[in-house]
Amino acid sequence: MKGRTIKRHFRESFKTLSRNGWMTFASISAVTVTLLLVGVFAIIMMNLNKVADDIENDVEIKVLIDIIEDPNQAKEAEDKLISDIEKLPEVKEVKYSSKENELNLLIEDFGDDLSLFEQSNPLRNVLYVKASDPQQTAKVAKKIDALDNTYEVVYGEGKVEKLFSFLNTSRNVGLILIVGLLFTAIFLISNTIRITIIARRDEIEIMKLVGATNAFVRIPFVLEGMWLGVLGSIIPIAVVSIVYYNVYNVLQPRLHGELVQLLDLSPLLYQVNALIIVLGIFIGVWGSFMSVRKFLKI
Amino acid sequence: MIQMNNVVKKYPNGVVAANGISVDIKQGEFVYVVGPSGAGKSTFIKLMYREEKPTSGEVIIAGTNLSTLKNRQVPYLRRQLGVVFQDFKLLPRLNVYENVAFALEVIEEHPKTIRKQVMDVLDLVGLKHKVRMFPNELSGGEQQRVSIARSIVNMPKVVIADEPTGNLDPETSWEIMNIFEEINARGTTVVMATHNREIVNAIRKRVIAIEGGLIVRDVDGGDYGYEG
Repeated sequence: MKGRTIKRHFRESFKTLSRNGWMTFASISAVTVTLLLVGVFAIIMMNLNKVADDIENDVEIKVLIDIIEDPNQAKEAEDKLISDIEKLPEVKEVKYSSKENELNLLIEDFGDDLSLFEQSNPLRNVLYVKASDPQQTAKVAKKIDALDNTYEVVYGEGKVEKLFSFLNTSRNVGLILIVGLLFTAIFLISNTIRITIIARRDEIEIMKLVGATNAFVRIPFVLEGMWLGVLGSIIPIAVVSIVYYNVYNVLQPRLHGELVQLLDLSPLLYQVNALIIVLGIFIGVWGSFMSVRKFLKI
Repeated sequence: MIQMNNVVKKYPNGVVAANGISVDIKQGEFVYVVGPSGAGKSTFIKLMYREEKPTSGEVIIAGTNLSTLKNRQVPYLRRQLGVVFQDFKLLPRLNVYENVAFALEVIEEHPKTIRKQVMDVLDLVGLKHKVRMFPNELSGGEQQRVSIARSIVNMPKVVIADEPTGNLDPETSWEIMNIFEEINARGTTVVMATHNREIVNAIRKRVIAIEGGLIVRDVDGGDYGYEG
């Protein structure tokens, strides 16, 4: 294809955009509305997912260690236990907390009354274990329980399972909703594009009759679809960015130090905006490509 | 130039529009295709520019066998043909010049060549002074002249016309016929499906009559043969 022809295709795609004013407006509006929905939904879903992750990652296994009188033997047993746990493939990290430390934590939470216990600490040394996949917590806990010198292994049995099944369900529901929304978007936008192309089927027919190749007919339409996608993603990108920026700046200071955090502006906004524009272009191009195809068989 | 051997065309709805047509049209000939409505004239025409594919038999245009022609080669066949329709098929948003130039643009002709050839054919059809006008500002005859200009601008060896005077008044029809005769005089083969008895009887050429998907008559310098 000659450079002159490529230029012509670009010129032609711009010309038809402005010439079919209302049709262009209708297509861009359809793209805008659906991409806005997709964008908002993606941001909400990604944040909910983050919340779910935060909650999951907070799940840990508390291992109470057997009390051994002789300090040397105790040290040896604890070291062996730690290294045994670390050897488990599902384990991400193991933190050691001495009984003195445990007591301090309790005193912090419940007040100085407990400082009496400093004379004779009834607590045990503790290991905090996190699974690399929080969903494996129960399994890991069971394995640890089987090791020597563990007095008790606690991980919120029952509650954790319920929490995980709740989080998994909400993730799946969110995923189904997003997929459904994407299909709706593709259907709606390609349908609008199809209408604009049906209005121009005569043009395609004439092009074919005077000997235009399919590519020659198709390229301006496909470029036009691309512009529709690009133009249709401007408003969604602006709205999503501005709204999330403001929501983040209002909410984030209040969530400081909390378990649940919003996703940072970067990279989230880049990701979502890239999703919006890529989706817009893809749907525009694909919609045009498929709609023209029908009329090329002349 | 145009050869059909035992061509059969059956449409999916069961209509047989060509039932074993064989014909040979030489370079430079002027041929009328006549017959009642629904006899298969349009199919005969459409088979030539491969808008329809034959169900069986051979169609050979300028040495190209259309039966074995691949879809992606069809555009290159059409560049050797000019096609004129009853309803002109002009693009309403393009002016006269652009409509004609369109046929050269799609085959990626050089802009300089396009300008020259377009002005030449518009001169031939007598519309040089209306190049900036749009189809809806022209009369039917003028629109048909633009359409003819478009069909011959790439200097095809064959011009195929499907009832080119069907939408025009008698006087305008004669003007259009003059243009076709002139094109023919330059050596271009012209195949024209028509219902126009006066024209066929006045400008005597080869007449092919089609009825029920068959050629029932093929006479050089024949008359229209049907009562108007």
